[in-house]
Amino acid sequence: MNAANPTASGDLAREEIPLSKRGPASTRIVVGFGFWLFLLSDIVIFATLFAAYAVLSGQTAGGPAGIELFDRSHVLIETSCLLASSFTCGLCLLASERRNRAATYLWAAVTFLLGASFIALELTEFVRLTNAGDGPTRSAFLSAFFSLVGTHGLHVTLGLGWLLVMMAQVATLGFLPMVKRRLYCFALFWHALDIVWIGVFTIVYLGAR
Amino acid sequence: MAERRSARNEASDSDADAHGSLGRYVLGLGLAVALTLASFWVAGTHAIWMPGIPVLLAVLAIAQMGVHLVFFLNISSGPDQTNNVLALAFGIFVVGLVVFGSMIIMANLNANMLSMPQLLQLQR
Repeated sequence: MNAANPTASGDLAREEIPLSKRGPASTRIVVGFGFWLFLLSDIVIFATLFAAYAVLSGQTAGGPAGIELFDRSHVLIETSCLLASSFTCGLCLLASERRNRAATYLWAAVTFLLGASFIALELTEFVRLTNAGDGPTRSAFLSAFFSLVGTHGLHVTLGLGWLLVMMAQVATLGFLPMVKRRLYCFALFWHALDIVWIGVFTIVYLGAR
Repeated sequence: MAERRSARNEASDSDADAHGSLGRYVLGLGLAVALTLASFWVAGTHAIWMPGIPVLLAVLAIAQMGVHLVFFLNISSGPDQTNNVLALAFGIFVVGLVVFGSMIIMANLNANMLSMPQLLQLQR
């Protein structure tokens, strides 16, 4: 083996040694797998909320139906914010891989602003609905709507807090392998929230009848 | 042995390929934007046979979820990803069971429920 070049010898080892004899996987792969399991269980929570919404979406109790309440251009802006923040979050991860501090902070700031705009837009919609008397207590349909969209918004808010904590860790600890793994988990979390949002805007907003 | 393992750990920790590359993210963003705009266009158009719209929306949403998984979450069929793919398959199974199971059961209960006048007649 070529000891002077660990990356090349690592690749060689990966190809030649059979899977059963390779020993434990690298920490990054184990951490990624564990976090992936958490994300899948989180998606199962959303699945129960989607099931409740699908069952209750017609039960308006004489109140307004979805098609009368939702503004599609508003939702398109929300969707653009979240999709763009998913992209800049990926750029932030790539910058941290290159140990580029300035680019990491820049893309994290853009991600934070886009995520915060998403939350602000969502809160605007919630306040508009509640003020018009169409709050979560109006009908089973609106209870299901506020639970589903509100849980997603809560996840995004917690993600924004996590992003601030990660930037504090980059500032104080630097790009330790531990910090880079946490940033990687944050990026997985953020992308998974975007996947849930695809389901929300398709079923709740575009599927409204 | 321990030295080699730590070398492997470092090698894969600094492995940029494992986190995707700029080109991958740009391609993923392009596909996701196209699919999102297509969804919003389909929902508002009258150019398509009306009952076909929900089916088309579902297809576009599933395609976009696939794009996100492959280009942003970097789920692939590589040897390091076997466990992730198996967990994903189980996750999809549970999600399908919960969502479609609930919908079928509730629709069935709804269809078999007696209407209010019939219930009152039974109680008499």
